[in-house]
Amino acid sequence: MQRQPSLALWLPALLLASLGAFLLSLAVGSTSVPLHALWEALLGGGDAMTHTVVVELRLPRTVSAFAVGGLLALAGTLMQVLLRNPLADPYILGVSGGAAVGALGALLFGLAGLWVHAGAFSGALVSTLIVFALAHGRGGWTPTRLLLTGIAVASGWTAVVSLMLVLGSDSSLHGMLFWIMGDFSYQPAGVTALFTLAAGLGLWLPFARHLNVLARGETLAEALGIAVRPLSIAIYISASLFTAVAVTEAGSVGFVGLVVPHMFRLVVGGDHRRLLPGAVLLGGCLLVLADTLARTVAEPRQLPVGVVMSVVGVPLFLYLLNRARGPL
Amino acid sequence: MNPATLLEARSLEVDIGGKQVCRGLDFAIRPGDCVALLGANGVGKTTLLHTLTGLRPAAAGEVLLDGAPLASLPRRRVAQRLGLLMQQPEDSLPATVLETALIGRHPHLDFWRWESHGDVAIARRALKSVGLEGLEQRAQTSLSGGERRRLDLATVLVQDPAVFLLDEPAGQLDLHHQLALLGQLQRLTAQEGRAVLMSLHDINLAARFCNRILMLFGDGGSAHGESAEMLSPETLSRLYRVPVRVLPWEGGKAYLPG
Repeated sequence: MQRQPSLALWLPALLLASLGAFLLSLAVGSTSVPLHALWEALLGGGDAMTHTVVVELRLPRTVSAFAVGGLLALAGTLMQVLLRNPLADPYILGVSGGAAVGALGALLFGLAGLWVHAGAFSGALVSTLIVFALAHGRGGWTPTRLLLTGIAVASGWTAVVSLMLVLGSDSSLHGMLFWIMGDFSYQPAGVTALFTLAAGLGLWLPFARHLNVLARGETLAEALGIAVRPLSIAIYISASLFTAVAVTEAGSVGFVGLVVPHMFRLVVGGDHRRLLPGAVLLGGCLLVLADTLARTVAEPRQLPVGVVMSVVGVPLFLYLLNRARGPL
Repeated sequence: MNPATLLEARSLEVDIGGKQVCRGLDFAIRPGDCVALLGANGVGKTTLLHTLTGLRPAAAGEVLLDGAPLASLPRRRVAQRLGLLMQQPEDSLPATVLETALIGRHPHLDFWRWESHGDVAIARRALKSVGLEGLEQRAQTSLSGGERRRLDLATVLVQDPAVFLLDEPAGQLDLHHQLALLGQLQRLTAQEGRAVLMSLHDINLAARFCNRILMLFGDGGSAHGESAEMLSPETLSRLYRVPVRVLPWEGGKAYLPG
């Protein structure tokens, strides 16, 4: 334990980094806003133009990016405990595939705006229910069965998505591709995601020690007095819900949910009382930075945030993984 | 009912996959008992231990812990009194040796509480007692098979139960650690009034360290009694379906196959 950075060190560091990411995201873009003007605008003053850009355009988008990053990291952490598999991610149970089919279906029928979000959310939930029902087959409910069922269903969704891309009109293709690769340019509200994130963290933080025990194995957890089945089902349902909300908000942003929990484990360790808040902050912070890059680096064009996230995140993660000497 | 009984099986019937492990088993474990569970591979020793821990339901009969039906007790209460050592480690996420051992404190901690310095001290003592001192910060996955086994034992010791249900605790251990472990268990039972029920494959260890024997014959039949009367060549030959010879050896007995 003395090898791990202490609570007093990493928590303020991550909070500062998140604050920095927020300010950066609010300040840069097609018009850059200096810090003092930013402050004025946030407090309700300043000129109308700056106020519109900062408070009405950039703030909701930044909040949304932070909440989505936090939700995906939280869902990923939970799924990794549930399946006790470091390869588990929020999308492993076909959630993003189902959401993509729902959203693309809506786009294909020429629907837009809220309908796309509704399509994504229902697709994610339907996929979750299908996987849950099928995995709970005759032989009972094991992590491996759940994992394989999820992967199979996800492959099915991928095929449907490809079919939709082929059949879709050229005009809707661009929107579809963006949706698949993750995108915050739909002017999302961010409030639902932020509320879900706060509720999710508030729900799971008290159970962090239970998660620590479950992470050591199912039978052991049962022998140590944990009601494993109810806990597993609660993890499954809430992680799916967090993912569904995130996907509905921003399309399928990859990488965050899989890798952020690992990044945090590599640097601070695997205690879920630290990991849950740490992963949420780190995930949110990284996605805010990625979204800022996505909308500034190739101005006036916007890049899909999921792609930017991976381009930046992959080398960072590989570096951490490579120099890790600790438990893995 | 004897109030001193810690764990008791009453007319217990256990089966798995259509096969009977035991039927009509009446068996009580009292403070100071060190019981060896003997039987051939696949007779259901693990299944019986898991049933006694309350991890799976019995087909008939009941298990009593401190005189109360096990099924009616909260899981946390059961975990404070019964500690199970599993035969094999399960798939798990990365953790250090110390973190793994600390998991044993879980049933003793209130919902909101973090492990205290006292809990860490308990875990360090347990690790030291199984010879893993100095490896506290190592990744649990980097341990050898025998070290991993001793880590799991340390976790059960940290759990601090009244009854230890151990599934092949001596497996994968070298001679030195086998003797050290069984000596430690003997102290826990004789001096601290705890009890041990452990599956073993080494009759000589059972004869040397256990006061009672529980045998599963594989057809649902079982037998139990004092070690001296149970460990006869006839019973052992019937149990393992090979001839077993008993030789006098320095005041005790040695058991040889064939």
